[in-house]
Amino acid sequence: MTEMLSYDFMQRALIAAVLVGITAPAVGIYLVQRRQSLMGDGIGHVALTGVGLGFLFQSNPVWMALLVCVAGAVVMELVRARGNKQGDIALAMLFYGGMACGKMLVSVSAQSSGGSGSLDSYLWGSILTVSPTDLVTIAVLGVVVIAFTLGLRRQLFAICQDEEFARVTGIPVRLLNLLLAVTAAVTVTVAMRVVGVLLVSALMVVPVAAAQQLTRSFAATQAAAIGLGVVVSLAGVTGSYRADLPPGPAIVLLAIAVFALLSAVAAPLARRRHRHAAPAGPQVCDVVLPKQGGTTTDRGPAASQGLAQ
Amino acid sequence: MSSVMTEAPHRAASPADDPDPVVRLSGAVASLGGRPVLRGVDLTVRRGEVVALLGANGSGKSTTVKTVIGSVGLDQGGLELFGTPYPKFRDWRRIGYVPQRTTAASGVPATVREVVSTGRLPQHRMLPFRRRDRQAVDRALTAVGMLDRAEDSVAALSGGQHQRVLIARALVGTPDLLIMDEPMAGVDMASQQVLADTLRTEVARGAAVLLVLHELGPLEPLIDRAVVLRDGCVAHDGPPPPAAGQHALPGHDHVHPHADYSHADAPHPNTPHPNAPHPNAPHPNASQAGEHHLTNTPGLLA
Repeated sequence: MTEMLSYDFMQRALIAAVLVGITAPAVGIYLVQRRQSLMGDGIGHVALTGVGLGFLFQSNPVWMALLVCVAGAVVMELVRARGNKQGDIALAMLFYGGMACGKMLVSVSAQSSGGSGSLDSYLWGSILTVSPTDLVTIAVLGVVVIAFTLGLRRQLFAICQDEEFARVTGIPVRLLNLLLAVTAAVTVTVAMRVVGVLLVSALMVVPVAAAQQLTRSFAATQAAAIGLGVVVSLAGVTGSYRADLPPGPAIVLLAIAVFALLSAVAAPLARRRHRHAAPAGPQVCDVVLPKQGGTTTDRGPAASQGLAQ
Repeated sequence: MSSVMTEAPHRAASPADDPDPVVRLSGAVASLGGRPVLRGVDLTVRRGEVVALLGANGSGKSTTVKTVIGSVGLDQGGLELFGTPYPKFRDWRRIGYVPQRTTAASGVPATVREVVSTGRLPQHRMLPFRRRDRQAVDRALTAVGMLDRAEDSVAALSGGQHQRVLIARALVGTPDLLIMDEPMAGVDMASQQVLADTLRTEVARGAAVLLVLHELGPLEPLIDRAVVLRDGCVAHDGPPPPAAGQHALPGHDHVHPHADYSHADAPHPNTPHPNAPHPNAPHPNASQAGEHHLTNTPGLLA
């Protein structure tokens, strides 16, 4: 363990993992609450265009991806807010256009400059190559995301729970919706280095889905999802170091395993809780119906046969 | 209908007497997705008044309420809330809104207390949730008889209990105007009683109430004035339509969300029914499934 921590690149990888483990579920829970679980995935697709632009202009692909993601997320939010019937199609165009455009730009830049960057590290993440500058970027963006999602949790909960009611409470619904979309875009760019754009959404959604197997309140779900996010991110990075596995897929598969485990134990746990809560049990359900006699009404063919016999 | 329309409002106070009514919607024209829904609706709610919005499905009741809370924009016409034009209105703590209950649950569990607490946002705004906010939530939950379920998930509630939670959420800020969209739809009798009692308490406190109702039902004694909409226009504005027994006519059949919904004594808002049926003829809107059942059963037995 200490040997692993003695490497600079592992220290940076673990810090980045913690930041992503916190921010991705912290934003993701609002998207799940609003049934927009796949929005992160869509932003991830759009991010590829930003990466491609970064390669083409020889600038930092992360900042370029951030700009393009924010623009894409704002467009998605405007489409959603308008409740347009064609919105679904518009989003599909955005997703696939973003992905195709990204690959195209990367190829063009590779031809012109002799193939510098590799798209693969953005598709699947490359947490072990996080540089000190990258880490500063991730840390600054991560802190902004955490401050927004936890500081305004009552307001964000209200707009995602019932947007129309939230408007009547006088909170700036439109502004908060846009900020939430921008925050999701920032989170995707932060998580891009860790799990890659193709798996970003998993870290926003799976810890939330796993946590809510055991929780009844929003606050508990959010806390548990962030806890799970941190644990699976750290465990995934450590495991990939030990067993020489790709960290992004390791983190996501671990999160899905936790989800499966928690959903398996959820039903027995709930049953136990109910037994403890009501030891007497509902007695109304134990009413014994008369088995025979003319008083029972005809319930169907089965009952008729019983009477005939 | 024309005789009803020419009747004077039963209240002595006309809109001109009250310079600042709680709601003044004038000449409202609004559309949803390009389809005109409101075609010049005038609606005034005065202080302490209980106004019921009645009308058939698609007549524009819910849209009228949504223009009042500003979630559907006006194409033409004006809206004033508490004497302030809508664009300048900021005093949202004076309004409590109970939307039409939907069965669509949100993707993440939330407790009754968490949902009701969002009604307190106009009071604490960006500040932390303090003890007096918590006490207000407890009071509102007590008023609707749901305090013992405060820590339960809203997904575990019945329709009637869910409706009570939505009403508690609107009451938690002690509003001066309560706006409710179909509060009785799909609600069991016990919860209907709780709702009627809660509403009575709020009216006694002096709150004005704007209700969208499918039929007057158990709330009838509370209602001061009824506004009947038809095709996006006001067809009647005055005392609640008398309980003429359109519902008692044989063959008159409404499809209600709940079988235990009592409608034998409830009046129909549109006094002359557009498709007034012959007493013995099957109602044109009668449930197709029911007729099939009747005709098919002997066939099965044979």
